[in-house]
Amino acid sequence: MPKIKPRVPLPKRPPEERIKDFNEVALGYDEKLAIEEASRCLQCPNKPCVKGCPVGVDIPRFIKLIRERRFEEAYKVIKDKCPIPAITGRVCPQERQCEKYCTLAKLGQPIAIGALERFVADWAREHGIAVEHAPKTSVGKKVAVVGSGPAGIVVAADLARLGYEVTMFEALHVPGGVLVYGIPEYRLPKKIVYDEINYLRELGVNIEIGVSVGRTITVYDLLDEYDAVFVGTGAGHPRFLNVPGENLNYIYTANEFLTRINLMRAYLFPEYDTPIHRGKRVAVIGGGNTAMDAARSALRLGAEEVHVLYRRTRAEMPARKEEIENAEEEGVKFVFLVQPKGFIGNDLGNVSEIMLKKMRLGEPDASGRPRPIPTGETITFQADMVINAIGFYPNPLIPQTTPEIKTDKKGRIIVDSEGRTSMPRVYAGGDIVIGEGTVIEAMGWGRKAALAIHKDLTINKKI
Amino acid sequence: MYEVLRKKILAPRIKEMDVYVPQIAKSAKPGQFVIVIPDEKGERTPLTLVDWNRDEGWVRLVFLEVGVSTMKLGMKEPGSTLYYVAGPLGNPTHVEKFGTVVVIGGGVAIAAAYPIARAFKEVSNHVISVIGARSANLLIYEELMRSVSDELHITTDDGSKGMKGFTSDALVALLNKGLKPNLVWMVGPAPMMKACSEVTKKYRIKAIASLNPIMVCGMGMCGACRVKVGGKIRFTCYEGPEFDANEVDWDELIFRLKMYQKEELEALKLFLSKYGLGGDTHA
Ligand SMILES: Cc1cc2nc3c(=O)[nH]c(=O)nc-3n(C[C@H](O)[C@H](O)[C@H](O)COP(=O)(O)OP(=O)(O)OC[C@H]3O[C@@H](n4cnc5c(N)ncnc54)[C@H](O)[C@@H]3O)c2cc1C
Ligand SMILES: Cc1cc2nc3c(=O)[nH]c(=O)nc-3n(C[C@H](O)[C@H](O)[C@H](O)COP(=O)(O)OP(=O)(O)OC[C@H]3O[C@@H](n4cnc5c(N)ncnc54)[C@H](O)[C@@H]3O)c2cc1C
Repeated sequence: MPKIKPRVPLPKRPPEERIKDFNEVALGYDEKLAIEEASRCLQCPNKPCVKGCPVGVDIPRFIKLIRERRFEEAYKVIKDKCPIPAITGRVCPQERQCEKYCTLAKLGQPIAIGALERFVADWAREHGIAVEHAPKTSVGKKVAVVGSGPAGIVVAADLARLGYEVTMFEALHVPGGVLVYGIPEYRLPKKIVYDEINYLRELGVNIEIGVSVGRTITVYDLLDEYDAVFVGTGAGHPRFLNVPGENLNYIYTANEFLTRINLMRAYLFPEYDTPIHRGKRVAVIGGGNTAMDAARSALRLGAEEVHVLYRRTRAEMPARKEEIENAEEEGVKFVFLVQPKGFIGNDLGNVSEIMLKKMRLGEPDASGRPRPIPTGETITFQADMVINAIGFYPNPLIPQTTPEIKTDKKGRIIVDSEGRTSMPRVYAGGDIVIGEGTVIEAMGWGRKAALAIHKDLTINKKI
Repeated sequence: MYEVLRKKILAPRIKEMDVYVPQIAKSAKPGQFVIVIPDEKGERTPLTLVDWNRDEGWVRLVFLEVGVSTMKLGMKEPGSTLYYVAGPLGNPTHVEKFGTVVVIGGGVAIAAAYPIARAFKEVSNHVISVIGARSANLLIYEELMRSVSDELHITTDDGSKGMKGFTSDALVALLNKGLKPNLVWMVGPAPMMKACSEVTKKYRIKAIASLNPIMVCGMGMCGACRVKVGGKIRFTCYEGPEFDANEVDWDELIFRLKMYQKEELEALKLFLSKYGLGGDTHA
C-alpha cells in the first residue's frame, strides 16, 4: 500500500493578530492546496463518507472534480444536495460526520472534506458562479416555513426547487437563525450567510421578516392560507443555573451576549447603537461550543482575562477539540471541576464575585460521562462579567400558542420519523425537534420534512 | 413598508407616531408592544402599542426621547420609513369584568395606559384612572384618558396641575377615602411602579404592572429582559410584559435598567454633537 500523505493543514491567522478583531480566523485553501488535499482521496466506490452526511452530498465526486480543476462542476455537485456549502464547510463538526467515516481516518488522517467544500463554495462565490435553475413548473401548492435557520433553509430550498410556492417567516430582522445571531463572525462571516441566503430568493422563496408566528400570525392562520406549515424555530431559549444573584448586572446568557455582538454588531458601538459591557475579568460558565464562542468573543472585546469554568474536566468537555485548542491558543484559561453556587454583586447591582462549589468526578450518568459531585468545599472567583453558556431549551412561542402540536417534557416538538407533528399538515425539524443539535443535523431534518411534505401533498395527495 | 404616516409632538420630547404595519394592526391587542429599529445601525427598541386601526393598517406609538434610538425615531418625518417593526409581542392584558379597576399611568406611559383603560371600560368595569407627570406641560393624553374613565385623578411632582405629589400618593388618598378596588393596573417608570406596588401590597389589593426592562430579541431567546417575580426568573418579552406587581423584585429591575448608562450617555453625546437637539423637539 502506498504511504499516505499527511492532511494539508488549513491556514489560520496567528493568535496575536486574530484576537484584535472579529475577522475570520481560518483562511481557507487556495487552488494549489485544495488540489493537493483532494488528490489524497481514495475514491472509494462504496463512498463511506456520504453515509456521514445527513444531506447526502456526493463527496468523492466533488473531490474528484477538484482534482481535475473542474471547480464549477464540483460546486454544482455540492449545491445539488446542500444549499449553503460556504456555511457547512465552515461550521460542520466534520470529525463527527463525513470525515469520521472516511477510509483514510482508519489509516491516518481523513480527507479535509469540510475545508474542500468551503474552498469550492468560496471559489464559486468569488467567480460569480450561479446555479441555473430548471424553469420551475409550479405544483400549485403553498408552504409556509417558520424560522429561517438551517432547517428552514433546506425545506424552503428543496420545496422551491420542486415547484412549491414557499414563504418563510422569521421573527428577527435578518434571516439565518443561529448562523447570524449565534455563531461568531470570526468563524462564519455574516456577509457569507447573507450571500448564501440570497440563493433562496433566487429560487423564488418569499422571506418575510419581523413576523413572530404565535403572535403576529398563528399556526392556525397559516393553515388557512397554506397547504402545509414547517416549524423550524430552533432551541434558543436559555437555561439558568437557578442560584442566587443570577440577575445581577453584566451576567449575560450566551445568547444575549452573542446576539448583541453578531446580530447587533455591538462590538462596533457607538457606530452601531446597541451597547455591550466590556468586562476586564470575564468568567464563562459551561464547556460546550457556545462557551468557546462566548469566551473567544469576550477576548476580542478587549477582556484582560477570560476564564472558562466547567464542572467536569477537560476530557468531558462537549466542545469540539479544535475549538478548545483555538480558544487556548488565544489565551482563554480553563478552571475545571467547579460549579456556581451563587453570584455576589456590588452596591450598584453589578456582579463582582462567583461562589463556586468544588466538584469531583463520580460514576457515569445518563450521558455516559462521569457525574460531577460536590466535594463540600467552596471557593470564590472574582469576575466583573459572567456569561452563562449552560445550554438552551426549545423556543417556546409556537408550542405555547398551538396546543395541538404535542411536545415532550423537555419542550421539544414530537414528530414521526419523517417529520410530521401531531397536528395535521404541520411538520417540524431541527433543534425544535432534537434539542441542541448541529447545523447539518438540522438540515438533514429539513430534507426529510421537505420530502414528507412533497409526498403528502403531491405524490400521495393525502391532504 | 413601515411608513411613518403621521407624527405629532405631544409635549417636550414626547412624540406620537402612526406607522403603517398592517400585519401588526390586524392582530394587536391591549397590553402588547412592538420592537422598532429606526435605521440599519439601530438597536431593537421596545415600544407599547397605544392604538391601532385594522382597516387602515396603522399602529400608534408614543415615545419619550431619552437616548439615541428614540431620538432617531423622533427625527423620522411622515413619508419616511423605519428599518424594521416587529410585533405584536408579549401577552395581551387579561381583560374581564373585575368591578372597580384603578389604572395608573406615569409620564410617557400614560399613553400605554390608555388602551388598557379603554379595554377595561368596554367590558363595563368602573374605571378610575390616576395619571401623573413631573409637571403640567409634560402631562399627555389627559382628555383621552378622561374619555375612557369614570373618574380621572391627576398628579404632578411640582403641583403645577392636579394634586402635588406622585401617583402613589393619589392612590393612597383614594384608598384612605375607603375605595376598595378589585384590581390596580399600573405602567410607568420603575420607581413609580415600585412605590405603587408598596401601597397595593400593604392594602392587599391585586395589582398588575407592565414592566419595561431592557430588551434585545423580544421573543424569549436572549433573556436581556429577565426579571424576578415571586423569586423566579421570568422573561418580560414572552411571559409578560405584565406580572403581579406585588411579587416583582423592583430593586433588581431598577439596577438592571441602569446597566448601560455609561455607554448610552457616550452614544448620546456623540449623536447630539452630530445632529443637535433637532428643531421641532422644544414644543
Ligand atoms: C453559539 C452557537 C454556536 C454554534 N456553533 C455550531 C457550529 O459551529 N456547528 C454546528 O454544526 N452547529 C453549531 N451550533 C448549533 C446550530 O447552530 C443549530 O443546531 C442550528 O442552527 C439549528 O438550526 P434550526 O434551523 O433548527 O434553528 P435556528 O438556527 O435556531 O433557527 C431558528 C429560527 O427561527 C426563528 N424563530 C423562532 N421562533 C419563531 C417564531 N415563533 N416565529 C418566527 N420565527 C421564529 C428564530 O429567530 C431563528 O432565526 C451552534 C449553536 C450556537 C447557539
Ligand atoms: C415592553 C416595553 C414597552 C415600552 N413602551 C414604551 C413606550 O410606549 N414609550 C416609551 O417612550 N418608552 C417605552 N419603553 C421604554 C423604551 O423602550 C426605552 O425608553 C428606549 O429603549 C430607550 O432607548 P434610547 O436608545 O432612546 O435610550 P437609551 O440610550 O437606551 O437610554 C437613555 C436613558 O433612558 C433609560 N432607559 C433605557 N431603557 C429604558 C427603559 N426600558 N425604561 C425606562 N428607561 C430606560 C436609560 O437608563 C438611560 O438613562 C418600553 C419598554 C418596554 C420594555
